[in-house]
Amino acid sequence: MPKINKDSTLNITFVGIGLCLLCSAIISFIAIQLRSVQENNVVLDMQKKIVSSAGLEKVYGSVENAMSNIKTLIIDLDKGEIVDINPDSYELAKELREDGKYKFLSAEEDVASIKKREKYSKIYIEYKDNEINTLILPVRGYGLWGILYGYLAIEGDFNTVAGLEFYEHKETPGLGAEIDNPKWKALWKGKKIYQENGEVSLKVIKGSVLETSNNFSYEIDGLSGATLTCNGVSNLIAYWMGNDGFLNFINNLQKIDV
Amino acid sequence: MSKYSEILFRPVFKENPIALQMLGICSALAVTSKLYPTLIMCVALTVTVSLSNFFISMIRNITPSNIRIIVQMTIISSLVILVDQALKAYDYETSKTLSVFVGLIITNCIVMGRAEAFAMQNPPGVSFLDGFGNGLGYSVILIILGTIRELFGTGTILEYEIFPLVQNGGWYVPNNFFLLPPVSFILIGLIIWALRAWQKDQIEEPEFKMSQNSPEIVPNPPPTPSSKAAS
Repeated sequence: MPKINKDSTLNITFVGIGLCLLCSAIISFIAIQLRSVQENNVVLDMQKKIVSSAGLEKVYGSVENAMSNIKTLIIDLDKGEIVDINPDSYELAKELREDGKYKFLSAEEDVASIKKREKYSKIYIEYKDNEINTLILPVRGYGLWGILYGYLAIEGDFNTVAGLEFYEHKETPGLGAEIDNPKWKALWKGKKIYQENGEVSLKVIKGSVLETSNNFSYEIDGLSGATLTCNGVSNLIAYWMGNDGFLNFINNLQKIDV
Repeated sequence: MSKYSEILFRPVFKENPIALQMLGICSALAVTSKLYPTLIMCVALTVTVSLSNFFISMIRNITPSNIRIIVQMTIISSLVILVDQALKAYDYETSKTLSVFVGLIITNCIVMGRAEAFAMQNPPGVSFLDGFGNGLGYSVILIILGTIRELFGTGTILEYEIFPLVQNGGWYVPNNFFLLPPVSFILIGLIIWALRAWQKDQIEEPEFKMSQNSPEIVPNPPPTPSSKAAS
């Protein structure tokens, strides 16, 4: 091998460009090869969150079994009706980018500080003996550092909470991120959302809920050191369970058969 | 043959990257609260450091010395991206737990340190062994940390219950302190202590000596009126 001057400008250019091209080609190739597997993982992970928000993986034994009893639907939030759109092509981030598919919220409307609300929403319904057993609704709202994304599962009476699960948030580990703590999530099961007069009363309070409290079934223990995150959770419940959220759809569900 | 096993095993106890060279401490604190992600991290780092040593050594004779750091970083970061992509495809759960720390292998001083100190001067074969040995050295410390932290923090090892918890009707009250990163500092300190008690040549010369607290050595300042008043 002839001795090359490795510090010549020519060699520097050659090695630099050559190495970058080679590395980027290899990375691109592998990334494309693995993409479908990775996307599949993301879908499976999302299904797991959906199923576990309602605690269904224990009922059915596995996520796949649970998913086979769950129907995915797209609904129009304003009209509260089911629309005929393929749920597989639905993506929230895409909806919030396309004109006409979302609306800006005014300051009074925007309880959960999400700025934009989509026109269509993708929801999940679990059937048992041809009756709606659980309704799983996507909810989101601003916490302390960013938007909390999650699923709220409601039982067939459309008032009792079956569970709450966040799948994406940026809260402080050990404080706000305790919204992922299984013990805290377990507090949600069995709580009621609407008061007799139809008002959304479910919220996270400061401190612990007393068993003797009148609002026992409407209140969740606060997480210490995470007041703003807890307020965010209360706000998102108030928003998504209200008129602007899923209330129209829930009212319609009680009238029609899905 | 003994030369190769020397290259492979010297970094495990004699020149451990964490315990002697004090490199890679950041990830040792961050990922060791559970044993399983720790193991994955060890594999990820060992693969990266072995292969990066191998490839850097392969092109060492044509690497211009002006841009050698950039060349090394390009190779290291490409490998880290590949490891990260593979993890996302085949172990998504763990990749979420490890989050940025797999990406941060790029800045792990062990990888860069071995590239610069060993791979630039040695042929690919032994460079690979050196990288693998250093990966093992890192792994040994991380596995010790991960085992201790998971056992005392949650009463389990690899999710298998060793100490039955009080919540589940057992006797062990989990010590949450073991789940926090600072506990790794204490454990690494204890490991270094044990290692240096065994391998005496690892003890460093102290940079400063404590002066003896006696009146002969410390020059006496002239007594001031205030100190007199105080006495």
